[in-house]
Amino acid sequence: MIFSLTVYGAPFSNQCSDTAYQFASSLLKQGHSLHRVFFYHDGVYNGSVLATPPQDERNIQASWSQLAQQYDLDLVVCVAAGLRRGMLDETEADRYEQPAHNLASGFTLSGLGQMVEAAMVSDRMITFGA
Amino acid sequence: MILHTINRSPFGSSCLQSCLDVAAAGSAIILIEDAVYAALPNTQYTDQIAAALGKHKFYALDPDLKARGIHEATLDGIESVDYDGFVALCTEFSKVVSWY
Repeated sequence: MIFSLTVYGAPFSNQCSDTAYQFASSLLKQGHSLHRVFFYHDGVYNGSVLATPPQDERNIQASWSQLAQQYDLDLVVCVAAGLRRGMLDETEADRYEQPAHNLASGFTLSGLGQMVEAAMVSDRMITFGA
Repeated sequence: MILHTINRSPFGSSCLQSCLDVAAAGSAIILIEDAVYAALPNTQYTDQIAAALGKHKFYALDPDLKARGIHEATLDGIESVDYDGFVALCTEFSKVVSWY
């Protein structure tokens, strides 16, 4: 079965990023396919490579990037929600002449159309709300 | 049929109430994150949930029950599932609606 997930909450602010990650790991382990994870609202912070939790604590962004590499996942950070919260890739940092960019590997910035497309092609769209 | 997920404690949010108000008979409800507190016995919500058990199958996410230390004190009739069980439920029901 084809799943897509949407994540609305920031890591460390509430549990939904952790729940979504555990759910994603479980469905992949069971042999289902994960078409896309769409990070919206404060969920965009899941993609910040600059988040630096203590070394003996879970790093949610790194976990997502690792899962993306292992299963070739499409992790999409909403570009509109991301830019206003300081989530930039190199292209956007150049475009807006910002001094840094912070989008982690495995994540891409894209539009809401990607969420709609995910809903169209997936058998199940599961929302992890904050 | 629909699987409803609820992630807020009933003691601080109306998610469970709103869901019970509209959920059709035969739809199922899974309590995740802080919503697992709804599975505690002897609370102001116990009677309502016990009554709703005739209309809906109730599940609670076991890792979230354990994280809160209440896995051995849940209402009869609420079934514990792990993440694999949560995923399986999502495949069994044709739609999943999240209350948050």
